[in-house]
Amino acid sequence: MTTLTLAKALNEGLRRSMEADSKVLVMGEDVGKLGGVFRVTDGLQKDFGEDRVIDTPLAESGIIGTAIGLALRGYRPVCEIQFDGFVFPAADQIITQLAKMPLRSLGHVKLPVVIRIPCGGGIGAVEHHSESPEAYFTHTAGLRVVACSNPADAYSMIQDAVRIDDPIIFFEPKRRYWDKAEVDLSAPGLPLDRARVVRQGDDVTLLAYGPMVKTCLEAAAAEEGRSIEVIDVRSLNPLDSGVLAESVRRTGRCVVVHEAPVFNGYGAELAARLTEMCFYHLEAPILRVGGFSTPYPPSRLEDHYLPDLDRVLDAVDRVFAY
Amino acid sequence: MTGRMSLPLATHAYGDHPPTMPPADPARGDAAAVDPATRLAMYRMLQRTRQFEKRAYDLFMRRLVKGTTHLSLGMEAVATGFGTAMRADDYTFATYRGHAHTLARGVPMTPILAELLGRANGLLGGKGGSMHLTSVAHGVMGSYAIIGAHLTIANGAAWSAQYRGSGQVAVCFFGDGTTNIGAFHEALNYASIFRLPVVFVCENNLYMEYTAIGDVTAVPRPAADRAAAYRLEPQVIDGNDADACYLAALDALERARSGGGPSLVEAVTYRHGGHSRADPGKYRPPGEIEAWLGYDPVTLYRDRLLRLGVEDAVLGGVEREVAAEVEQATREAIDGPLPSPDSALTQLWADGGSQWRN
Ligand SMILES: Cc1ncc(C[n+]2csc(CCOP(=O)(O)OP(=O)(O)O)c2C)c(N)n1
Ligand SMILES: [Mg+2]
Repeated sequence: MTTLTLAKALNEGLRRSMEADSKVLVMGEDVGKLGGVFRVTDGLQKDFGEDRVIDTPLAESGIIGTAIGLALRGYRPVCEIQFDGFVFPAADQIITQLAKMPLRSLGHVKLPVVIRIPCGGGIGAVEHHSESPEAYFTHTAGLRVVACSNPADAYSMIQDAVRIDDPIIFFEPKRRYWDKAEVDLSAPGLPLDRARVVRQGDDVTLLAYGPMVKTCLEAAAAEEGRSIEVIDVRSLNPLDSGVLAESVRRTGRCVVVHEAPVFNGYGAELAARLTEMCFYHLEAPILRVGGFSTPYPPSRLEDHYLPDLDRVLDAVDRVFAY
Repeated sequence: MTGRMSLPLATHAYGDHPPTMPPADPARGDAAAVDPATRLAMYRMLQRTRQFEKRAYDLFMRRLVKGTTHLSLGMEAVATGFGTAMRADDYTFATYRGHAHTLARGVPMTPILAELLGRANGLLGGKGGSMHLTSVAHGVMGSYAIIGAHLTIANGAAWSAQYRGSGQVAVCFFGDGTTNIGAFHEALNYASIFRLPVVFVCENNLYMEYTAIGDVTAVPRPAADRAAAYRLEPQVIDGNDADACYLAALDALERARSGGGPSLVEAVTYRHGGHSRADPGKYRPPGEIEAWLGYDPVTLYRDRLLRLGVEDAVLGGVEREVAAEVEQATREAIDGPLPSPDSALTQLWADGGSQWRN
C-alpha cells in the first residue's frame, strides 16, 4: 500500500500505462515541461520524452482533432483539457467526429482517445474553471463517460481508460486532487464500467459520482437515525444500472446528487431510469440535488451553489416525508 | 522503445527558443510626434494601471481577492496607448487580463477593485470578478476568459458600427497564445473580407501561460507573421513604449473609421510577474526577466518625459495623486458589503430573476 493524492494516483496510473504501451501519448497545454496546471502529468515528459508527452499549442479543437488522427493510426492519446470550461472549443471534434467515426466506419476505425477533464467547483476558481459538463457528453452516443472520486479508483480507472478502445471522457474532481488515501499499486481495480457501493445502508440510496461521493459519505456519516447507502456511479455511460436498481429496490428511496444544475442534468436520467426499473418498490419519488440552474457563480457565492451536507440531508428528509 | 514515431514537435528545440530581448536604446522613441498634454495624461494612466495592478497583487496575497487574477504588470503601455487614442464611444474587448484595459477607458478604480474583491459595490455587483470586467457605459464590452472567443464577438460589434455608419471602432486585445486557436483565424478572415472597423491588438508577452510562445508557434512573430494570410499589413510595435502604442492606435483607428478595414497589431511586451495568482514564473530563462525589468514601460516613459523637459516635481505629483486614488479605492473596496446569497439567483433571465418557467 502506498499513500497517494488523487492527482498523484492519476500520475502513477498514466506512468504505468505509458510503460505498458509505447503507443500511449499524453498531450495538452502545459502538460510537459510544467506537468499540467494540477501536476497530474508531472515528470512524465522528463521520463518519456517530448515525443510522448507533448506540449501543444493553445487550441482545444486542434488537440482533439490531432488526437483523433493519431488514434486512427494506432496511437492511444490521452488529452488533457486544462479546465472543464475549455472543452467547448473542442465540442465539434468530440461530438461530431470522435463519438461518431467508429460507428459510421462500420467499426473499421477505433478511436482509443481519453480526454481528461478536471471538473467541478470548490476551489474558488469561478466560471469556466468550476463547471460540470458531463451531461453534454452522456447525451452523446458513442462516448464513454466516467468520473473518479478517490485515489485508488483514479489509479485503476485511468489505466483501464487508456486500455479500452472506445473514446472516453474522463472526469477528475479537481477539488479532490489533494485528497490522500492508501492505494494498492498491484491490485486490479474494479472494472471501469462498474458502479460501487461505497457505504452500505438500508433506508435510502444516495447516488453520486466524482466530487459529490465524498459529500454524500459525509452526509451519511452525519445522519442520525437513518441508514444511508451511498453508491459511486463511476461509469455514467454505460451505466451499471443493475447495481443501482438492486439498491433502490431494497431501500425504496433514492436521492441523486451532482454539482451540475439539476434541470436536465445527468440526475434526470438516473431518476427516470431507476423509476422505470424500480417503480413498484419506490416509497417516494426519486429526488435530485444539484447546482442551481445558473452559470457557475464567482467564488464568494460558490458555497451557496454547491450541494453540501445540509442540502443532501434535506433531500433525504424529503424522501421520507412522502 | 518500439514503434517510435516522429511528431513535428519532436524536432523542435524545446525550451531553446531564442529569448526575445527588449530593444537596446530606450531613447529611440523620444522624437515621436505626441503632444505634451497627451504625454502627461498617458503618464498618469501608466501610473494608474501600474499602481492598481500592484495593489491588486497585494490584496490577492492578503487573500482578499478570491478566485484568481491575471495582472498586466509590465504590459501597461499597450492599454494606455490604445485607451488614450480611442474615441469615447469606441468598443474595447479585453481578456481575463483586462484590469488595465478597463481602467484605460475611464472606468473608475473603486468599482473595479471592489469587483476583484467580490463585493456588492463592484462593477458587476461581485458577480463577474477579475476576469469578466464589463462596463457598457464606457464602451468596455466585456472581458473574456475563453481564449479566442472575443475576437469573433468584436467583429460583430464592429459590424454593428458599420451598419449604423457610426464611425465607431472595436479594439480587441488578446495574447500571443491566442494566435494558435481557430477563432483567431476565423475572425481575421471575416474582418478582412467584410472590411470591418476592428483593430486586433496582440499583446505578445512571449508566453502562453507557462509555455514559451516560440515552442508552440510555427512562426517567430505569432500575429504579424500571420497577417498576410488575411490580406493585412504585418505590424510589430514596441509594446512597452506608450508613444509607439498610441501612434499605432491612432493610425489603425483612423483606417478603420474611414472604411479602410481591420488592422492586426503585434505589440511586443513582457509580463513582470507570473501568468496568474501567485505563479512565480520560474519557467523563464535566467536573464530574461532582468532584461525586461530594465525596459519597464513606466520608467521608460518617465525618463523620456524628464529628457523632454517635464519637471520631476510634476511627475512626482502625478504619482502621489494616483497613490492617494489607489488608497481610497482600496478602502472603499474593502469596506464594500459582500453580495447577498440571493444574488447568485438573479439576472439569469431578462426579467432579472432565475425562476423556472413553463
Ligand atoms: C479555450 C481556452 N483554453 C485554455 C485556456 C486556459 N488559459 C488561460 S490564459 C492561457 C494562455 C493565454 O496566453 P496568451 O494568449 O499569450 O495571453 P496572456 O495570458 O499571455 O496574456 C490559457 C492556456 C482558456 N482560458 N481558454
Ligand atoms: Mg502571452
